[in-house]
Amino acid sequence: MSPRRRREAGGERPTVPAAEFASYYGRPVLKPPVWRSLDIAGYFFLGGLAGASSALAAGASWTGRPVLARNAQVAAVGAVGLSTAALVHDLGRPARFGNMLRVAKPTSPMSVGSWLLAAYGPLAGAAALSTLTGRLPRLGRAAGTAAAVLGPAVAAYTAVLIADTAVPAWHEAHRELPFLFAGSAAAAAGGLGLLTVPPAESGPARLLSLAGAATELTAATLIRRRLGLVARPYRAGRGGRLLRAAEGLTLAATAAAAAAPRRRLPSALAGVALLTGSALTRFGVFHAGVDSARDPVYTVRPQRERLRARRRAERPASAPGG
Amino acid sequence: MSDPAADTGYADPPPRMGFFTDTSVCIGCKACEVACKEWNAIPEDGMELTGMSYDNTAGLGASTWRHVAFVERRGPVPAGPGGEGGEPSPQGAATPGREEGELRWLMASDVCKHCTHAACLDVCPTGALFRTEFGTVVVQEDVCNGCGYCIPACPYGVIDQRRGDGRAWKCTLCYDRISTGLEPACAKACPTESIQYGPVEELRERAASRLAALQEAGVRQARLYGADPDDGVGGAGAFFLLLDEPEVYGLPPDPVVTTRDLPSMWRHAAVAAAGLLGAAVLACLTGRRR
Amino acid sequence: MAECHPVGFQWVMEAKARGATVIHVDPRFTRTSAMADLHVPLRAGSDIAFLGGLIRHVLENEKYFREYVLAYTNAATIVSEEFRDTEDLDGVFSGLDPRRRAYDFSSWRYEDAEVSAPSGLQEMRPEERDRVRGAARGEKHGSGGAEVSAGPMRIRTDETLRHPRCVFQILRRHFARYTPETVERICGIPQETFAKVCELITENSGRERTTAFVYSVGWTQHTVGVQYIRTAAILQTLLGNIGRPGGGILALRGHASIQGSTDIPTLFNLLPGYLPMPHADRGRDLEEYLRAETVRKGHWGNMRSYLVSLLKAWWGEAANADNDFCFDHLPRLTGDHGTYRTVLAQLDGVCKGYFLLGENPAVGSANARLQRLGMAKLDWLVVRDFSLIESATWWKDGPEIETGELRTEDIGTEVFFLPAAAHTEKSGSFTNTQRLLQWHRQAVEPAGDARSDLWFAFELGRRIRAKLADPAYRERHGLDDVEMDRPVLELTWDYPTEGRHGEPDAEAVLAEINGRDAAGRPLSSYLELRPDGSTSCGCWIYCGVYADGVNQADRRRPGSEQDWVAAEWGWAWPMNRRILYNRASADPAGRPWSERKAYLRWDESRRRWVGPDVPDFDPATPPDHEPPPDATGPEALSGTDAFIMQADGKAWLYAPSGLVDGPLPAHYEPQESPFANPLYGQRRNPVRSLPPPGREHFQPSDGERGAQVFPYVATTYRLTEHHTAGGMSRWLPRLSELQPEFFCEVSPELARERGLEHLGWATVITARSAIEARVLVTERMKPLRVQGRWLHQIGLPYHWGPNGLTTGDAANELAHIALDPNVHIQEVKALACDIRPGRRPRGRALRELVEEYRRRAGIDEQTGRQM
Ligand SMILES: Nc1nc2c(c(=O)[nH]1)N[C@H]1C(S)=C(S)[C@@H](COP(=O)(O)OP(=O)(O)OC[C@H]3O[C@@H](n4cnc5c(=O)[nH]c(N)nc54)[C@H](O)[C@@H]3O)O[C@H]1N2
Ligand SMILES: Nc1nc2c(c(=O)[nH]1)N[C@H]1C(S)=C(S)[C@@H](COP(=O)(O)OP(=O)(O)OC[C@H]3O[C@@H](n4cnc5c(=O)[nH]c(N)nc54)[C@H](O)[C@@H]3O)O[C@H]1N2
Ligand code: SF4
Ligand code: SF4
Ligand code: SF4
Ligand code: SF4
Ligand code: SF4
Ligand SMILES: [Mo]
Repeated sequence: MSPRRRREAGGERPTVPAAEFASYYGRPVLKPPVWRSLDIAGYFFLGGLAGASSALAAGASWTGRPVLARNAQVAAVGAVGLSTAALVHDLGRPARFGNMLRVAKPTSPMSVGSWLLAAYGPLAGAAALSTLTGRLPRLGRAAGTAAAVLGPAVAAYTAVLIADTAVPAWHEAHRELPFLFAGSAAAAAGGLGLLTVPPAESGPARLLSLAGAATELTAATLIRRRLGLVARPYRAGRGGRLLRAAEGLTLAATAAAAAAPRRRLPSALAGVALLTGSALTRFGVFHAGVDSARDPVYTVRPQRERLRARRRAERPASAPGG
Repeated sequence: MSDPAADTGYADPPPRMGFFTDTSVCIGCKACEVACKEWNAIPEDGMELTGMSYDNTAGLGASTWRHVAFVERRGPVPAGPGGEGGEPSPQGAATPGREEGELRWLMASDVCKHCTHAACLDVCPTGALFRTEFGTVVVQEDVCNGCGYCIPACPYGVIDQRRGDGRAWKCTLCYDRISTGLEPACAKACPTESIQYGPVEELRERAASRLAALQEAGVRQARLYGADPDDGVGGAGAFFLLLDEPEVYGLPPDPVVTTRDLPSMWRHAAVAAAGLLGAAVLACLTGRRR
Repeated sequence: MAECHPVGFQWVMEAKARGATVIHVDPRFTRTSAMADLHVPLRAGSDIAFLGGLIRHVLENEKYFREYVLAYTNAATIVSEEFRDTEDLDGVFSGLDPRRRAYDFSSWRYEDAEVSAPSGLQEMRPEERDRVRGAARGEKHGSGGAEVSAGPMRIRTDETLRHPRCVFQILRRHFARYTPETVERICGIPQETFAKVCELITENSGRERTTAFVYSVGWTQHTVGVQYIRTAAILQTLLGNIGRPGGGILALRGHASIQGSTDIPTLFNLLPGYLPMPHADRGRDLEEYLRAETVRKGHWGNMRSYLVSLLKAWWGEAANADNDFCFDHLPRLTGDHGTYRTVLAQLDGVCKGYFLLGENPAVGSANARLQRLGMAKLDWLVVRDFSLIESATWWKDGPEIETGELRTEDIGTEVFFLPAAAHTEKSGSFTNTQRLLQWHRQAVEPAGDARSDLWFAFELGRRIRAKLADPAYRERHGLDDVEMDRPVLELTWDYPTEGRHGEPDAEAVLAEINGRDAAGRPLSSYLELRPDGSTSCGCWIYCGVYADGVNQADRRRPGSEQDWVAAEWGWAWPMNRRILYNRASADPAGRPWSERKAYLRWDESRRRWVGPDVPDFDPATPPDHEPPPDATGPEALSGTDAFIMQADGKAWLYAPSGLVDGPLPAHYEPQESPFANPLYGQRRNPVRSLPPPGREHFQPSDGERGAQVFPYVATTYRLTEHHTAGGMSRWLPRLSELQPEFFCEVSPELARERGLEHLGWATVITARSAIEARVLVTERMKPLRVQGRWLHQIGLPYHWGPNGLTTGDAANELAHIALDPNVHIQEVKALACDIRPGRRPRGRALRELVEEYRRRAGIDEQTGRQM
């Protein structure tokens, strides 16, 4: 058997005309991530929810919306707790979680993220605890403010974490992914607000969710437009399906939230849809990445084209040899 | 040219060591695979007949640090004995229904590239992956917590997680052996000197002259892979002479260390995070006015 | 070679790097082909036609090295008038006795030479002759030639090479019909490719250049295997490629010391150093034996010294001139006792006990089923191995248990399994293909009960001797004939032991093999051996390996620290000589044929031969030396008799004796072939060795009814990743995972023709059995155009069996036991077969399938047995 000359994989609407490309028996060039989607996409979602919620909580408490502030604070603590559990669960050696804080490496988004989480988690916890117990309010406030500053970083860094890999669909989208993630986090936090807070106080949640949804949808559109062949996993396959569902939910939710701002039930439904949409976005992105790593075409073809372009650019300039 | 060991902070490190794997003389004996497993006590890695020519190892992985690829390929006729390249060789004599061109059976022993700019090392959050004084990249098995980050970070798909063990494993360039002046096990076992071990500087020169010799002999498909210090990973510490396009052997044609774009990623993330914070605050402020 | 001798192949790669052209002749495209400049696929079993075509090309186009041929070969020798060639007799030589299926060699002799074929076969009664012949007499003198009993002066020659009966002209006529068209028709090699090979080989031979041939069992495992090598020898000799650096015919050998095990043989018909084993029917005493076996001229002339020294090594003080040095103690042959004959004897109930020391015939020997059925008839079986190989467990889980042919309860064989120590766990020597002895030292003590084979043999001997020497024991067992036990009781059996397990000291054995003089000092060369019992030597060709009391095989001076011949790495027999027949590297006057290929030269000022190697003859013999007419032995060699082991000092283009199937090679079809022999009416080797009817079924061949039932040719071979019958690889995960399943290799064309799917299953069937294998469809298998039709060949690696980490059917279930008559090797390289998709039937149904095929092909007891 000669190495399979493969036709383009997947994709019902190829953007690039199907052509043959050589690969080693169609095997992936890259190692797909070994992460479990539930753990890691879940972690991304929960981290985003927590981070954005902390920001929302701070804003709410400054502007005198105690229920929203409290609920968002509790949500942040719960989410960050769960997300950390998911992260630890996904380690090959969970007992060695502590090694994450063995060094601080700016080149490793995961290291940066671990330190972020290490700082943010207790702050979010302190803020929530103070609110719930009514103790040490000044300290609680300070913690809440700090958590609000760190929270968005927690929400966005995960985009860097996956973009900083060789996985084509992730890496190539490294400019858009932070916005997608931040937007998605905002939508989720807003959604949670809509779900848990009476209409009287949920105004900021609605606004935040609308802004988040808009950012999320824009970033996703940009990704699909800019990534060429590598965008396909965002359209087709499991990743594509999840993302389409996410977008549908987000659109529906924003419509509902915008249309009936003062009614409890539609708001709550919109909240659920936003949360679900945000989660699906992360799962969609996760699977799009895994799919793009599994199929060698996404590694080989863009690199080939890059090489060809470089050679074309070099040829007139440089002398032969080398 | 950067010296990764010096860049890492080793004062006065020994010369950077690495491999030049000349696949034009690889006979596919897999002695390198076996020697590596034997020396490093690596467990069995599956007993599946893959149907990929004589390659039943399938690829590099946590329990396969050397992998010999077998490519059966019809293509342009390389230089025949005494002849010019491209001359039709009797070997290619047509069988009805078969593609034209000579059948070639390419074999190549793949390994971790010990990149000058190693993404795996860059992204490792625990410091389990580290740069040795020889400029090589090694996992410390007692530090690795199995976070799995290095795995999708590697642009060559080298490092992987061992099932049941949870940690990431890959070629150590026989750190234990070379530290005591021994040659790595795979190179030692290679009967044809397809795997050449030595100072990277020297190997690059050797590779260049081997390439020149082959091209002179009419083997026009010969090319170096990973030997260029200006490539996307700053040059590989283990580089290759190939007889076909890299992807034919399962290698990426133009790998780039992902962390090259990390500053840009952080910038974008910072803006996004700031945006998020801003949006939250703004939403509250706007909401109040209502 | 890259597949099976990857470490040796590094030198081919090095030669290639220096500009050598590599041609690979093999039915399959292998790892070797991948490295070769030219791959020549041919039909398995057709190499004599291919090589014959090359010989014809060389002769017809005057491409031979004339001075060399004249000086060092028997080209000019006149052959007896009685000789008739295959060209005259439609494929057989004169002297064929169709009833006995054997040749009378007398007509093959040189003219005027005394009528005396090897081993005096002529003097015997016919039935006696058959028994002796059966004992593979052709194999004797493995390191030299057989005998020509004429004095050197009496051999008639014609230096003009024009005499119609001179060897050269016979050769020319014999090979005339091996034209490129014929080569194409028989081998499936396109004429264009063949022309390329002719050109490459001839251009690279002569004064300035030499070509080397490398072969292994792709050439030997045929019913005409020995003649394959003969053909190559003729070609190489004509081209002047023997005895010169970069030339030769290199036999790549098998197991790590298989060369050693022919030198100090595990072969039934040889004593150490290729001395023939005495036969029960003749050579009753030493004198008679020596008279029959000794050649007058050349180094075989000193056979008495070699044999007497051997007897002294074995029986020491007990051996003296009065008792023929215990010549009577040697066992005697009564016929063929080769491995396949032994299996038949087991089936006949004649052979009752069997030692398997490092062998796995239930997988590795042809017709594996017969091997197991034979073992099931034994009283006892001893297996010494690392793991429970198939030959040790067939009685409980072998294929015949599954088919119901055998039931464990019914098998009376008592099976002993004894764990063996591996080479890393013991010291000893390996003798490689270059005759180089290399010492290896024990690295670790064997684990558990494992012991070396040396320990086992020594202990077994010690214990048996203790028993035989114990009067009470003798009394108890009624052993009243002490005479009978003398050979055992009088053996020198006194090796020092060492280590935790009392392992005999391997160096002490080496010292015994090397030999000692009367004072017990180590000898340094076989020239010192004496016929009077004053020297002892366990193997005359190894004499010198312990010279000066130093283990010369243990020398490890790196190549970089010595000249290119590297004489101080290990030790090569004989006399540390690295190239045999190296006198031929210089012209008759003693000048190198060319400076480029200089090796030895005669230095007139020093009156000696000089060069990097040990000369193959007395270094002080000048090139113009003429021996006195009455000289014998080495002294009878002239200054130009380069082929010192041959009775006439010449390389034999034509072999007047020594082979039982003809003085020249002729193309015969394999025992089973889908093709007729287009050259002669005689289809197969007329004297090939077949088992008696009733034990084995053969298939019809082309032209015979039913042949179309087996339209394909299967060949069996090795993979780099496994070793032989699997005992050393199928139990190791490191190797098993590299080739985890038994497969067959087929071309895309055959896959289409038979509906075989890549990675699916296929069943391969012959008249013996049917096996299943996963299918690898690969363009490396190439259909060949043979005799006007497309031939598909099927590749079957033969490493698998039912035990171990990776299991599968054994290819040898398919193979038959038609053998080469000279050396009794099985024909496993060319088998006609059928293939079909799917797995094979299980249980009884398996035998039924085979029966069905036999019926369809009309196979009976007589099929395939025609001469
Ligand atoms: N890895 C490995 N190495 C080994 C061994 C092993 O089992 N595994 N075994 C050792 C032993 S015991 C031996 S004897 C040697 C054997 O060494 P080889 O002789 O090299 O071994 P094979 O693979 O049996 O056969 C060699 C080739 O002969 C080809 N062939 C078959 N029929 C014909 C024919 O008619 N003509 C020609 N020209 N070629 C033909 C086959 O396709 C095959 O490629 O290897 C030794 N080395
Ligand atoms: N169809 C087919 N059949 C063939 C061949 C072929 O090409 N095709 N080739 C033939 C050839 S060339 C050969 S050599 C035979 C090989 O056939 P076998 O000799 O029957 O097979 P091996 O597997 O080599 O068996 C050797 C055994 O010795 C054991 N062993 C290794 N070292 C030691 C030791 O030091 N002491 C003891 N006691 N045991 C040890 C190993 O574990 C192994 O089980 O097969 C022959 N059969
Ligand atoms: S090849 Fe991959 S695993 Fe090896 S050093 Fe480079 S990035 Fe790391
Ligand atoms: S899996 Fe181990 S080596 Fe890889 S990045 Fe995580 S800690 Fe580092
Ligand atoms: S250098 Fe050592 S660890 Fe790396 S592939 Fe070679 S033998 Fe294995
Ligand atoms: S040991 Fe050398 S020749 Fe053998 S497969 Fe490995 S690289 Fe190739
Ligand atoms: S197994 Fe031993 S004898 Fe065979 S090629 Fe390897 S080193 Fe040589
Ligand atoms: Mo063998």
